[in-house]
Amino acid sequence: MLAERVSNPAHDGPDYVALGRLAFADDDFAATRDHWQSPVAACESPPHTHPKGYARDAAMHLTPAELDALRLSLSVAARSVLFSLPFAVAIAWLLTRGRFAGRWLLDAVVHLPLVLPPVAVGYVLLLVFGNNGPLGGWLRNNLGIQLAFTTAGAALATAVMAFPLMVRSIRLALENVDPGLEAAARTLGARPFDRFFTITLPLMMPGVIAGAVTAFAAGLGEFGAVITFVSNIPGITRTIPLALYTAIQSPGGDDQALRLAILSFVLGLIGLLLAELLARRTRHLLGR
Amino acid sequence: MLKVKVAKRRDGFALNAEFEAPAPGVVALFGRSGCGKTTTINIMSGLLAADSAYVELDGHVLTDTAAGISVPPEQRRIGYVFQDDRLFPHMSVLRNLRYGLKRTRAPQRTIAFDQIVSLLGLQSLLHRQPYQLSGGERQRVSLGRALLSQPALLLLDEPLAALDAARRDEVLPYLERLRDNLSIPMVYVSHQFDEVLQLATHVVLMDAGHVVAHGSLSEVSLVPQLRAIVGPDSVGAVVDGVVTGVDATCGMAELRVGSGSLNVGVTSVRIGERVRVQLLARDIILATEEPHGLSVRNRLRGVITSVVNDEDDARLVTVDVGGATVLSRVTRGAVEALGLRNGMSVWVLVKAVSTRGHAFRVGAG
Repeated sequence: MLAERVSNPAHDGPDYVALGRLAFADDDFAATRDHWQSPVAACESPPHTHPKGYARDAAMHLTPAELDALRLSLSVAARSVLFSLPFAVAIAWLLTRGRFAGRWLLDAVVHLPLVLPPVAVGYVLLLVFGNNGPLGGWLRNNLGIQLAFTTAGAALATAVMAFPLMVRSIRLALENVDPGLEAAARTLGARPFDRFFTITLPLMMPGVIAGAVTAFAAGLGEFGAVITFVSNIPGITRTIPLALYTAIQSPGGDDQALRLAILSFVLGLIGLLLAELLARRTRHLLGR
Repeated sequence: MLKVKVAKRRDGFALNAEFEAPAPGVVALFGRSGCGKTTTINIMSGLLAADSAYVELDGHVLTDTAAGISVPPEQRRIGYVFQDDRLFPHMSVLRNLRYGLKRTRAPQRTIAFDQIVSLLGLQSLLHRQPYQLSGGERQRVSLGRALLSQPALLLLDEPLAALDAARRDEVLPYLERLRDNLSIPMVYVSHQFDEVLQLATHVVLMDAGHVVAHGSLSEVSLVPQLRAIVGPDSVGAVVDGVVTGVDATCGMAELRVGSGSLNVGVTSVRIGERVRVQLLARDIILATEEPHGLSVRNRLRGVITSVVNDEDDARLVTVDVGGATVLSRVTRGAVEALGLRNGMSVWVLVKAVSTRGHAFRVGAG
């Protein structure tokens, strides 16, 4: 369908009709317009031309740069979820079961990314985890870990942004765990950690999985915090939304932009359906 | 020996209960809903903190608020069967049963898995999930799970209350088998006098947060406060007897009760068995002279030990029939006409069919 549309070669600027034309982000050009563009990126991807110029079915195939973005998005989202899941479970537990003075403050801090501009979150991360930031400098000097301008940093920014989503889902699941079952486990000789891992965690698993998948799907699309904290480096931090932004900003990048937008749409849909499916399956396993 | 002393205040309700009970056997905590029975065993299990409490089992102090002792529930070795069975929904019956067992040390394991599975008839259920079980089956699994945790004491919080009558009759015999086959002391919370009659060896009668009476079932069955809880028609002395003769064709058995003997309508008992019957006070007739030519099968000679007001126009008369005590409810008019008073010799007439429901076997011996 898309491939049958024909471009208008005479058209200048953003070419919304040229959906069938195979185009690549022109990094050299885009760099001049993209404030977030890393200087490294400009010389990394040379302008690329397809051997056949116009390919009728090209819209169906992803270019290497787009595949890179897809791979990066999946990797960043997966790493962010794996990294933040244990923290999300712990925080959800504290917020649900904890009895301590600053609970409301913790609750507010955890939910801040929902209401802050993502760029502000990215900026705070840059201040704290940047190479000269208090934590970032320490990590670099003592553990040799660099977060700013790396894929790991993109995962961190994504994790922070998706954290409230994950905590909310896990917390809801934890609130639905019957404390009576934990009391029963107690009378059967189970100590606190034992109880948590054999009773509480399995019973809240539907919520944990739903939270993880939702956070993953949301992580695929995280833009503002990522581009602020780790910039827009092809192959390193240029995830799908960043590639999409770059494509929109580039002359002739429209069909690429559309492909990336459709890709985001499909990934998001798959993610949400998967979350629902997994939640149902685990609920079934729990006998409900 | 089980020693319990608990006190807890909670918005408008004050629990202040103290009792002791012989450790092997079934202690029934009996009373109306909301009288503090469940709160008491929750404190005993350690799941609930009390304002002040002392719990001792076989010389081990489990809770002593005065001395700052509180053994965590997971280390008390107290099994708990909850009213709602609380099976773990994400585990098969087998894994539920093994949950407590796996968390015991090998030398403590005196109750074998196979023994419990056969006592409770769980063989065919092992590979099912809890949601595939009926209410009665779930409660049996819950019982098995608690017992396999090798408890030194088993607490049962109205384990039959959530079941319909048919399911209760299905589970009750299993409870009897556990009582007779395992030497684990049990505390059984109930507000159903039938269950207490069938299972208990010792009763703690509670009302409004206080222990009104405690002792053997026979003793507690004579306590006047029981009337308010079970209702006037269920008042009656509980007597334990030994079967001395069985007439299978008539469905009758002869029991030795105290110094006399009693014919009661029970089936499926054997000579030498100990059985328990409740003689409902409303069905007991008193005579000042030995009666003749009556259809009543049982005549026991006794001495009146008390006459108390039951309600406006009725009196409860307690008669010692030589080692056993029975209650009779008679009208005020009859008391006056016959001149019934303490120390008076009377004949007690008991219809063989008037024993409550059926006689309950107490122990195999």
